[in-house]
Amino acid sequence: MSYLPEGLPAPSAGADGLSTPYWEGTRREKLLIQFCRGCSHWQWGPEWICHRCNSFDLDWREVEGRGVIYSYQRIWHPVHPALNGHGPYIAALVELPAAGNVRMVGNLLGDPKQDVPIGGSVEAVFEHHDSAAPPFTLVHWRLI
Amino acid sequence: MAERTLRGQAVIAGIGETPYYKYGQSPDSEFKLALRAILAAAKDAGIDPKDIDGFASYSNDRNDPSRLAAALGTKELRFSNMQWGGGGGGVAAAVGNAAAAVTTGMANCVVAFRALAQGQFARFGRGTGAPLASGDDAFTIPYGVMSPAQKFVMKVVRFMHDHGVKQEALRAISLASYHHAQNNPRAVMHGRPLDEAKYDASRWIVEPFHLFDCCLENDGAAAVIIMPADRAKDLPHKPSYLLSAAGGSDHRCAAPIHNGPNYPSSHFATVAPNLYAMAKLGPKDIDVVQCYENFTGGVLMSLVEHGFCAPEEANDLLRLENLIAPTGKMPLNTSGGNLAECYMHGLELVNEAVRQIRGVSVNQASKNDAVIVIGGPMVTPVSSLILGSEATL
Repeated sequence: MSYLPEGLPAPSAGADGLSTPYWEGTRREKLLIQFCRGCSHWQWGPEWICHRCNSFDLDWREVEGRGVIYSYQRIWHPVHPALNGHGPYIAALVELPAAGNVRMVGNLLGDPKQDVPIGGSVEAVFEHHDSAAPPFTLVHWRLI
Repeated sequence: MAERTLRGQAVIAGIGETPYYKYGQSPDSEFKLALRAILAAAKDAGIDPKDIDGFASYSNDRNDPSRLAAALGTKELRFSNMQWGGGGGGVAAAVGNAAAAVTTGMANCVVAFRALAQGQFARFGRGTGAPLASGDDAFTIPYGVMSPAQKFVMKVVRFMHDHGVKQEALRAISLASYHHAQNNPRAVMHGRPLDEAKYDASRWIVEPFHLFDCCLENDGAAAVIIMPADRAKDLPHKPSYLLSAAGGSDHRCAAPIHNGPNYPSSHFATVAPNLYAMAKLGPKDIDVVQCYENFTGGVLMSLVEHGFCAPEEANDLLRLENLIAPTGKMPLNTSGGNLAECYMHGLELVNEAVRQIRGVSVNQASKNDAVIVIGGPMVTPVSSLILGSEATL
């Protein structure tokens, strides 16, 4: 049972392949973030170059799926047919302290009408869509 | 070296617009709307439309200058300019680019315009119909984050959290636009008043945005004619001088997937100081504020970043009585703006700023020598401009 109804656009690494390692990692329940070998800093979202030292020597490294809620939104109005009649849902913007406080977007699991604490601790939850073609995995968050 | 500035070098000589329609209700195609607005602005400026020798727009306007020039019978095309970036972020920059062209001799008479038929083309407020989301979109759309409101609201949530800004502040911004629209026959929401109870009872789009915190979806076009300041004495109307225009955004604003360092922001942190420096004015010198409402939360942060209040003062400043002409201390969006006049990507705000300088607004402010137009917030790049009467030169 997925958090949001089936039928939303599925994630794709795209023709340039920039984010392929991330999406392959989620299939194995690993959270992979870019890490610059040139200046030893984390970077997110995916980019071809390090914005600090302009090195192209970027690695993908696993980071623990623990974060802190930086901001969030409770969405009521459906803007996609798959969401019609679904009711509210929550998207969270989560900072990862173990990766230089880069931020990731995912859904916040649990009651969609819950009070959401900015600063609250969350852990990553991998939601597999194995029957999709091709299969993919989303990364959600859950308060801990 | 001479001072490098646009201050006082160019005037908005004429303004024009089509009737404004709810999306899908325009009887005219988008290109025809653009033509109508440009002709109206040329008439207002007292010029032959064939003497327009430049076109400036933004947000990837579909009505390109070569086609417009051919259709209008333009004698000579000298300047064709597109400000990059989406939404209304480029509205003030387009005017600034036009002013730069006439100031530097690249052109003599440039029209800055925006035409938008969301009925003929896609609505902004709907998500994608594509089966896949790729690139940066892959990290948000599958989580149901896809419309403009959803892309921007987490900035507002964090800003309100950090500074204790209340829902009532957003409500006052919306009420001010609807209040002003009731006097404005051009406004799509003319005859559709809004009060606190109706706002509070309206449905959530995404918290903290009620329905009435969100801009309209409209069809129409608007245009302004920009000429060198030495032509001001020939104009049929009191000239509106461009005192400054500034665009851009601060460090890594567009960092992917909501990773901009200064996140709870409208993106004017570096733009506003440049704007005031060129104008040689500060926020206390501004008489009337036109501030682009894609969403009220963007107005909140734009006003703070342009120095109209500190974040902690927002609850006090953003009360309806402060925001309405002619009595409020900071008249805001005096035509009804994007919320209640028309969502013409902010060009309707430039037209209203000129009407305020001329003294002919339907909601005329008591002081009207300096008027600011703040373009679409939270996108990147953003832009803003200041117009002044002759007294400000």
